[in-house]
Amino acid sequence: MELAIYILALPLLSFLILGLVGKNLSHKVAGILGTLSLMVCTVIAYSVAVTYFGAGRSEDGLFPTLMPYNYTWLPLGGNLSIDMGVLIDPISVMMLVVITTVSLMVHIYSLGYMKGEKGFQRYYAFLSLFTFSMLGLVVATNIFQMYVFWELVGVSSYLLIGFYYTKPAAIAASKKAFIVTRFADLFFLIGILIYGYYTQDFSFTINESILLSASAVLPLALGLMFVGGAGKSAMFPLHIWLPDAMEGPTPVSALIHAATMVVAGVYLVARMFPLFVGYAPETLSMIAYVGAFTALYAAVVACVQTDIKRVLAFSTISQIAFMMVALGVCTSTDPHKGGLGYMASMFHLFTHAMFKGLLFLGAGAIIHAVHSNEKEHMGGLRKYMPITHITFLVACLAIAGIPPFSGFFSKDEILTACYDYSVIMGMFMSIVAALTAFYMFRLYYLIFWGKSLYEEQLNSYNSGIIKEKPHKPHEAPICMTAPLVILATITCFAGFIPFGEFISSNGHAYEIHLRTEVAISSILFAIAGIVIATIMYKSGESKLTKAINQSCKGFIKAAYRRFYMDELWMFITKKIIFNCISRPIAWFDKKVIDGSMDMLATITQRLADFVRPMQSGNIQSYSVWFLSGTLALVLILLYLM
Amino acid sequence: MEHYTSIIIFSVLSLLMIAAAIAAVTSSKIMRATTYLLFVLFGTAGLYFSMFYTFLGATQITVYAGGIVVLFVFVILLIGKGSIDVTHTSKLRYMAGVLASMSGLAITLYIIKTTHFIADKLDPNGVSMRTLGKTIMGTDKYNFVLTFEVLSILLLACMVGAILIARKK
Amino acid sequence: MIIPAEYYLVLSAVLFFIGVFGFFTRRNLVSLLISTELMLNAVDINFAVFNAYCYDHLEGYIFTLFGIGIAAAETAVAIAIIINVYRNMKTIHIKNLRELKD
Repeated sequence: MELAIYILALPLLSFLILGLVGKNLSHKVAGILGTLSLMVCTVIAYSVAVTYFGAGRSEDGLFPTLMPYNYTWLPLGGNLSIDMGVLIDPISVMMLVVITTVSLMVHIYSLGYMKGEKGFQRYYAFLSLFTFSMLGLVVATNIFQMYVFWELVGVSSYLLIGFYYTKPAAIAASKKAFIVTRFADLFFLIGILIYGYYTQDFSFTINESILLSASAVLPLALGLMFVGGAGKSAMFPLHIWLPDAMEGPTPVSALIHAATMVVAGVYLVARMFPLFVGYAPETLSMIAYVGAFTALYAAVVACVQTDIKRVLAFSTISQIAFMMVALGVCTSTDPHKGGLGYMASMFHLFTHAMFKGLLFLGAGAIIHAVHSNEKEHMGGLRKYMPITHITFLVACLAIAGIPPFSGFFSKDEILTACYDYSVIMGMFMSIVAALTAFYMFRLYYLIFWGKSLYEEQLNSYNSGIIKEKPHKPHEAPICMTAPLVILATITCFAGFIPFGEFISSNGHAYEIHLRTEVAISSILFAIAGIVIATIMYKSGESKLTKAINQSCKGFIKAAYRRFYMDELWMFITKKIIFNCISRPIAWFDKKVIDGSMDMLATITQRLADFVRPMQSGNIQSYSVWFLSGTLALVLILLYLM
Repeated sequence: MEHYTSIIIFSVLSLLMIAAAIAAVTSSKIMRATTYLLFVLFGTAGLYFSMFYTFLGATQITVYAGGIVVLFVFVILLIGKGSIDVTHTSKLRYMAGVLASMSGLAITLYIIKTTHFIADKLDPNGVSMRTLGKTIMGTDKYNFVLTFEVLSILLLACMVGAILIARKK
Repeated sequence: MIIPAEYYLVLSAVLFFIGVFGFFTRRNLVSLLISTELMLNAVDINFAVFNAYCYDHLEGYIFTLFGIGIAAAETAVAIAIIINVYRNMKTIHIKNLRELKD
């Protein structure tokens, strides 16, 4: 377990080296350095996982919670202090495995994807920074350490979204992501402070009596923390930054905005889960409703987007919302009595990280081949990119929830948990799952089936309509396809991992068993979604599709514009906040605060202008002042005597 | 009449000195100013005589009148035309000078008036040369051989310094 | 009749402030030096008077004696400086002598 510190140290070291001397290294060396350090890191993470789970349960039937390192970093007085350390328990070990795996895949993949890009070393430095902060986040021993790394993650996300800093869209997107998540983090911080103030402790394990005494404010504190988590995890209405974050390089989207960082909010709720269940069940229900709405909203929007990365982004939002719902529908810590959602959520987090990473990397390979994000430039790619095609299909089947791929199992657990909560919630989430299948296969068909743009262009080139020979799509190089294959393999088999053995809401082993009616209905829903997608999009846009498009034009347009959420936010910030709050504050700042400071400066200057001529270098004026001073002193003395 | 001789002499002397001093600081020709200064110095020597400090008066005349004023004359001759003082450039400064010195004088006079001096030790026999020599060269209490030596070194240093500064490169 | 000590003191105060006035208003280095001599002289008188009227020993006397000597030394150095200034700047008007300021 002591090795765990190296999991943190290696990426940090790699970040420092690449960040400080990266400019002097060649692209190849920098890339290999970053990848190698992460490879070692992955191996350590795996060995930690194996030793931890291999050591088995302690006598009370739980996996022990270990803290190999914990130092007081910032004593705040009283009993309160901020610690920094490493916490090893089932979910953090699981997260270590997920993060290092996806991060390693992304590192390898980027060797091909980012080849020849300007700032290659910088890119790897940022990737290392991100990996470091994300790992620090999951092994945090207390909520404040989590917050520190939470912000670091936000910073590295900001840096990576804005990696192409010459592109205005990327700059705007990075700013948007930073501001929105930072805004949410403000609530997180307030929540932490309330929590710390009333419990006199930042740690996750607080004894019962203190919690009981603070139980009045716990729902508030936890709710505020959830707002922070909602910002990071792109829950409605704070989701607006995530689609724009796709301006960053695609592997970054795969790592940060699909697999790891965006699930931080889910992880946060899971971390605080005993508190949520025990002291704030209303907050938990609120999380469920927010999650359910987000899931539906994102799924609907994903159905009509044309940019493939945007589709995936909304799909991510929707899937994270699934995880949130799963946590939200928990009513106790016993997995047999309404606590199943916790395990389901973590399971889905695990499988989703793999297949969503795979989808993004696949999308990256496609974008690499056709040099565009728009669906118009794609179609018929299956002939040219067989490996990408197969792996993408695997991922689509997984996310749609078709057995035996991993997504089926985890999503099935979530749906079971939802049905346990209420039938309406279960039906609702099933419909969203069907929508998921629909939009993913729409995407799949649009990319890989239908008319090939390349062939059309080639025809017109041959018949002399266009002069330029079209660029032929090609399969990605080995270092890009290898991660795809690895992730696809994991996606195929991850569903059979007895996940409940390792992680469950009360720590005791829980055997996953599929509930027949839920499983069959969800498969049927998924197949229905796929069939509709096949009919509508398999060979280009069919007549039916056009008819549907025509009949609900307004709705589709609204969905394409994401139901005007961005415009709404712009309205709120620009018109309301700027005019009503910022402007008066700015006026106050400029006139009153700056004004008083300016006045001070002006007075000083005037005074200086008045005093300066005294220092004229003229001995006679000096002597006049001297005599005046002496006389004044004499007068004072006379008066005193 | 006999009684008032000394007071009359003192009055004449002091009026002369004040007039000469005022002339010395207002005259626009430096040569004249120096001459007026010489009168003041002579007057001072007279004051010393009047309090029976004859040796001091003699020193005043030889060193001041004979030494310092000669130095002044010397430098004035050396500098020549540059030695004309275009006095009192600004009215303001002139008024400031008048005001400052008048108020200073007023305060000082006020203090002299309000202070009671126990002044009854004037010795009509003066100080004999023997006493003076012993005081300067003696090593007992109230004797000043150390001061004398320090002064001699100071004079030496001044001499060297003056030569060094004024010497042509 | 013995002249009262206060008379001397008043005279020396007047002389001193005449010197001060000269020091404030004159614009020529030699004139300034003359004013300084006036002030010094007034102080010397004070020492002598106090010693003659108030003390048994000869501190004031010796002080005046040495004061005269120091005045001589000071004048010598000052005049050397004036000559040097004149040689370098061709003037001894303090209006033009501002270089020491910086």
